[in-house]
Amino acid sequence: MATINVDGQQYEVKEGQNLLHAVLSQQLNLPYFCWHPAMGSVGACRQCAVIQYADEDDERGRLGMACMTDVVDGMRISIEAPQATDFRESVIEWLMENHPHDCPVCEEGGECHLQDMTVMTGHSVRKYRGTKRTWENQNLGPFIGHEMNRCITCFRCVRYYRDYAGGTDLSAFGSRSRMYFGRSEDGPLESEFSGNLVEVCPTGVFTDKPFATHYTRKWDLQSAPSVCPGCAVGCNVFPGERYGVLKRVQNRYHGEVNGYFLCDRGRFGSHFINSDQRIRRAGIRADDGIFEASGASNAVAEAAKLAKTNAIGIGSPRASFEANFALKKLVGEERFCTGLSDNEAMLIELALSIQREGSARTPSLTDVEAADAILILGEDVLNTAPRIALAVRQAVRGESLSMAEEAGIPGWQDAGVRGHAQQALSPLYIASVAATRIDDVATATFGSAPQDIARVGAAIAHEIDSNYAAADIELSTTGNDFSRQVVEALGSAKRPLIVSGTGTGDPDVLRAAANVAWALKAQGSDPALLLSPMEANSYGVALLGGGLSMADALDAMTDGSPAIVMENDLYRRGDAQRVTAACSESKMLVLDILENETAEHAAVLLPASTYAECTGTYVNYETRAQRFYQVFEPDDEIRPAWRWISDIADALDSSGAGWANINVLIEECAKATHAALATISPPSDYRVEGGTRIPRQPHRYSGRTAMRAQISVHEPKATVDDETPFNYSMEGQNLGTQDGAAVPFVWSPGWNSNQSVFKFQQEVGGALLGGDPGTLLVVPESDSDEASRATKFRDVPDAFVATEAFLVVPIHAIFGSDELSNASWPLASRIPAPFALLNIADANRLGVQGGGGVSGPGLDASLEVLIDDRIPAGVVGVVHGLPGTRTMPTGRIELSVDSNFVRRPNGTSDVIARG
Amino acid sequence: MSLMDTKPLLGRVEEVGGFVDLNAYEAGQGYGAARKALTSMSPEEIVNLVKDSNLRGRGGAGFPTGLKWSFVPQGDAAGEGAKYLVCNADEMEPGTFKDRFLLENNPHVLIEGMIIGAYAIQAEKAYIFLRGEYHQPYRRLVEALADATARGFLGRGIFGTDFNLDLRIHSSGGRYICGEETALLNALEGKRAQPRTKPPFPPASGAWGRPTIVNNVETFCNVPGIVRNGVEWYQGLGLTEDAGTKIYGISGRVNRPGLWELPIGTPIRELVERHAGGMREGFELKGILPGGASTDFLVEEHFDLAMDYGTIQAAGSRMGTGTMILMDNSICPVDMSRNLQHFFAQESCGFCTPCREGLPWIEALLLDIEEGRGQEGDLEVLDRNAQFIGAPGNTFCLHATGAIEPLQSALKYFREDFDEHIRTGKCPYHGRRL
Repeated sequence: MATINVDGQQYEVKEGQNLLHAVLSQQLNLPYFCWHPAMGSVGACRQCAVIQYADEDDERGRLGMACMTDVVDGMRISIEAPQATDFRESVIEWLMENHPHDCPVCEEGGECHLQDMTVMTGHSVRKYRGTKRTWENQNLGPFIGHEMNRCITCFRCVRYYRDYAGGTDLSAFGSRSRMYFGRSEDGPLESEFSGNLVEVCPTGVFTDKPFATHYTRKWDLQSAPSVCPGCAVGCNVFPGERYGVLKRVQNRYHGEVNGYFLCDRGRFGSHFINSDQRIRRAGIRADDGIFEASGASNAVAEAAKLAKTNAIGIGSPRASFEANFALKKLVGEERFCTGLSDNEAMLIELALSIQREGSARTPSLTDVEAADAILILGEDVLNTAPRIALAVRQAVRGESLSMAEEAGIPGWQDAGVRGHAQQALSPLYIASVAATRIDDVATATFGSAPQDIARVGAAIAHEIDSNYAAADIELSTTGNDFSRQVVEALGSAKRPLIVSGTGTGDPDVLRAAANVAWALKAQGSDPALLLSPMEANSYGVALLGGGLSMADALDAMTDGSPAIVMENDLYRRGDAQRVTAACSESKMLVLDILENETAEHAAVLLPASTYAECTGTYVNYETRAQRFYQVFEPDDEIRPAWRWISDIADALDSSGAGWANINVLIEECAKATHAALATISPPSDYRVEGGTRIPRQPHRYSGRTAMRAQISVHEPKATVDDETPFNYSMEGQNLGTQDGAAVPFVWSPGWNSNQSVFKFQQEVGGALLGGDPGTLLVVPESDSDEASRATKFRDVPDAFVATEAFLVVPIHAIFGSDELSNASWPLASRIPAPFALLNIADANRLGVQGGGGVSGPGLDASLEVLIDDRIPAGVVGVVHGLPGTRTMPTGRIELSVDSNFVRRPNGTSDVIARG
Repeated sequence: MSLMDTKPLLGRVEEVGGFVDLNAYEAGQGYGAARKALTSMSPEEIVNLVKDSNLRGRGGAGFPTGLKWSFVPQGDAAGEGAKYLVCNADEMEPGTFKDRFLLENNPHVLIEGMIIGAYAIQAEKAYIFLRGEYHQPYRRLVEALADATARGFLGRGIFGTDFNLDLRIHSSGGRYICGEETALLNALEGKRAQPRTKPPFPPASGAWGRPTIVNNVETFCNVPGIVRNGVEWYQGLGLTEDAGTKIYGISGRVNRPGLWELPIGTPIRELVERHAGGMREGFELKGILPGGASTDFLVEEHFDLAMDYGTIQAAGSRMGTGTMILMDNSICPVDMSRNLQHFFAQESCGFCTPCREGLPWIEALLLDIEEGRGQEGDLEVLDRNAQFIGAPGNTFCLHATGAIEPLQSALKYFREDFDEHIRTGKCPYHGRRL
């Protein structure tokens, strides 16, 4: 620690930081633009000037940029000295020469860092007499709006997009006072993390385009702490609502999970909430087969009748832990199916059993970023759990940082580090079925069929510690070479990381990943092992468990057993013919969010809430249980699935079998399953300082009477929320000192933009003041006995042999493979037409070219052929989750060329949802 | 005594009467110094020799060359990978044309100096970063490199030693900021030409993150003479405490504008009166930018000063490149300032705010004043901008600091001119009123 004197006040700060980081960590106000807590300093904007004094006697001091100054014990500085405040005002004055006065019509207005800094520095009178520079803007695709006239040239966008996220199609053009930040030509930004530009840009150059189409000021948005439903990472988000419409999703800082950034599926994938495919009313199928809106009570009565006849329950990995628990309780353990497909269920059980072994750490994303050598085995994380890929990109910079450290360049000095270390990267090895979008930072890649990926993993494990996996695994030359390099890199690493997941559908890949991690552990290193499942609550529902497999459930349905299907399109879980047979024979109660094929078979249909419309828990890839809170009350008859189930339970048993509110359910759930579920977020009677609740609406929330004036000019009484510590109003306090799981938005006096997040952190970039939310549910029982671990996965699969028939391997698409976000309109044009990846030699053998079509048994439709240079001969990669590929054939299939193939347009939401 | 003993840079050009090709260069002891250095001296001996000689960087900053070289890690300390020697031939300082003259007429003295420099820091890769518009120097250098390579002075095993040098020309895309050595290195690497954070300084981490020395053309050209004739001779060349010769240049309304290699420390008045033939009939010398556009004006009271680093600095300016721009009584100081600020605003790399946004404002204000639209309070705005932009450390690099030097001195020495423009609403020199 170092003691520094700021304007006469002593502060204890960490050494090794820059001064800006240090003073912000003390919650002091010092304006800045180009510095970013996750991206370090470059000294471009000159906004954070302070006076630094040489010693006690120095009265004049010297002006310097805080972001470019090392913290030194005993240093004396002034933020408030007139020379410093004058200079900072001048910087704003310079920036304002050209910044348009369009705040009233700017999407950033009201949460603009430039506005805040302008007010903070006191600049108010314009002396510059010249005209303002203007630009033509670009169409950057469906996600990001572009208004270059507002640019203050802080360089944050390109530093984020290129240096941090690895994008290549956004650049700084021009020079002097004519700097342009954009693409070389119009077109969608290619990075899967482009949405963060919205939050990185300190003003309104890069804005949230879908948000702009139904714009609302930040102060008019209602919000609550939430968790993204897009994948298993569980990024913390702030969904913002007004008029019953989900307006946008913004990053909610979490020190261990998502930090400052989200992926584009997470940010732009939630507009399914407003989709016209939403099921909005409860309905009963009449005798003539037509659905009738029946009113909630009739539907519940009908549902209760159905439940009474020994119905089975099918839960879902995209429904909350609590909803699954409620359904399981209603139908009973032995009649409950988790809703995972049998293969996925098996893979997840395996992954969880590996995590329970506990010999390798399960890494948070912060841990991933700290890894010094990484092996990715089989999983295309960029497409299955995208935020992990962004963390991997930061991890490989470790080598650069250590080179810089050796040269005496502090790690926060971003340009210095990059200039010195150039492109130096820590070891990253990727074994995958097809090319991935993080190959550009990989030391080496290895492409093969899943079973060969498992073999190479087993060989690596065996080479690291000969007690693991079988000896004498014969590999190809490239496999041998890859394995040798990986062994060396992992062996010499201090914090090696193995990443895998359920994406290839092959359990041997998971076993191999476990063996590599365990072998490293046996050799005395401290490995981390990340095994990612596919969906937001895959681990949660698997931990809950059920007596029926999906096959059992479908069989029972086919045999005529009624079924309650909750938030689950069964066509994504099993073979279409089999599912159709089951759905046709079974009288089904379907509770869901969007219309889907399963719902079309329902006898009773109940509209379920989305994650933003209810409170619940998801369990992420770490088994971190995280609570999301209801942001707004849904319209029509939409209600949380658990609430419908509770009503059905009440209808079945009037003695109060249901749950009065979510607290009661959580409590029961925690008692029955994991005690931590009751403590991961504060209960409804939680109060912040001064005994107040926490507002969902900012203190400037406006239009409470106007917004429903067409109905009544009387302001309705705000709904009393007896389920959470939040108010559906502006009343209460959101100081940031409350429990970290109970921050509904970030806002601090003088800091109206998302930059105010540092006021909610213990230190810049550290944990939230009230602690980072979530608790890991799988805590390894004890360090298991090594000998038994070594023998656990000895068997190694046979090598893959290419035949005439193609082995089908699922390929995942960040836009397209996720069920709900496919109905989010901003994603539509980014969702690919259903495709099949083929090796060029195989394509030639079939007589088809890239862009042509192939069909095969088990594929609903012809697929567009894309040539991939990594996919091995004899393997076809089929995109998962699109129409025609919601489930795909297992094993090998014959492919034939569809000479009449017409490429389908990139998905419109209609095409996607209806298949 | 040959001309080479008093004019080590251009004496041979004078003897030959123009372009010195390899044969002519060799006939005048050419490459003898490089041979001597590589075959009989250790790298440390050369670094110490250059240090002792008191050679200072001729690009403008005047940093001691030997000291700079001594910062380059040697042996194991250098770590793995190449070291680089770079010649800054991106001569874009307004009014400066000395490097161009050297490159066009005596390219081999540069090559020889670079061979010695590369050997001294043990760099086997070297670049000449050449101003893009320098077509004739480019052709001369290409020819000279080919000739030197053919004679075995470049390439592998130079002079039978095991020292190799791969010397290449990089023709610049053309930005003034590339004269800043770290911006030059970024441009050389194919990146945006914007300066880097210092530290690290290039001798520790330069081109591609490796130890790198960047010196000006004229600096390298001084090295062969030092190696050939020794430190005492070299220090004896200077008239004041600085050592060696300097190529001085003069542009403006004098009778014989041009450049001359003279002992360093030659007084300004001698340069103007004797070498440049005095002011042209009817013009009076009013002010001097002593070393290019980015130096403070000197006025009458300074004209007897010696042109060396220390004396000019003590007078509140910098010797810079030593090529002077003269302002006579027919030139409007406001208009000249506007012209200079236009140049600097154009050449800002755009990276940091004060330079990118401040210089265009200054330029716009000066244009307003010059064209009669000046307002009360404009000079205070200029003063404030000059103060905030000009202080070293307020901007990312020294580009803006250099830009402000002529402005702040103009505001000091010619303030009455500025006031008169605003008071009368027109330019007293041009009578321009738009």
